[in-house]
Amino acid sequence: MSTVQIDNRGPREIEDFVGLKTIDARGMACPGPLMNLIGAIRQGQVGQVFEVLSSDEGSRTDIPAWVAKAKHDLIEVIEDQGYAHFIVRKAR
Amino acid sequence: MEEQEKPISLVLFSGTDDKLTAAAVLAVGAAAMGRPVNIFLQYYALDAFRAGKVCADHGLAADATPEQSASARGHKGLHWSELLKQAKDVGEVDIQACALSMDMYGIGRDDLDPLVDGVEGVAAFVASASEGQVVFI
Repeated sequence: MSTVQIDNRGPREIEDFVGLKTIDARGMACPGPLMNLIGAIRQGQVGQVFEVLSSDEGSRTDIPAWVAKAKHDLIEVIEDQGYAHFIVRKAR
Repeated sequence: MEEQEKPISLVLFSGTDDKLTAAAVLAVGAAAMGRPVNIFLQYYALDAFRAGKVCADHGLAADATPEQSASARGHKGLHWSELLKQAKDVGEVDIQACALSMDMYGIGRDDLDPLVDGVEGVAAFVASASEGQVVFI
């Protein structure tokens, strides 16, 4: 399992995020993974952490751009085999 | 007006599925990024938005080679009408039919798919485009 660094509290496991919601969007075409993330964040609670799994190349630029624009937090992007994990916290 | 708040206005002229999909991808991206989106349907694009015809086969642009046609038709992406629904769901997207094209083809409001929000003239479209970019597809 990948570890991520958050809030200067040291590395921890992705599963440690309370209420973590994983969105498996692997195989979806651009902009599907982003749209699924947007939908999930709207339904979620402030502070909740979301993990998007995406094999879409567009997600690598789109998810960071949207997260910045929507003023949420992109905690980490973790490369995996043929896809990436995008860890995002709903900030507002 | 800040650049990031300006609307993006799309004039849809072509009615082939590839161009409609390309336009719908632009619309959903702009809507997700918080930009207001205005869509103006003219000519063959308007015809594709007739009620009951949205999901019909609208063909591909003449640019497509046979190999490219197979790739475009076999792609796993959503249909353009679904992308436009997503765009409306996440943002401010207004789809208007061009009054001139409606008249040209004898199309009434009741003949249009519910995705279309109304009928307007070109001056109203230009007014809604205000300071933002206008893209012709």
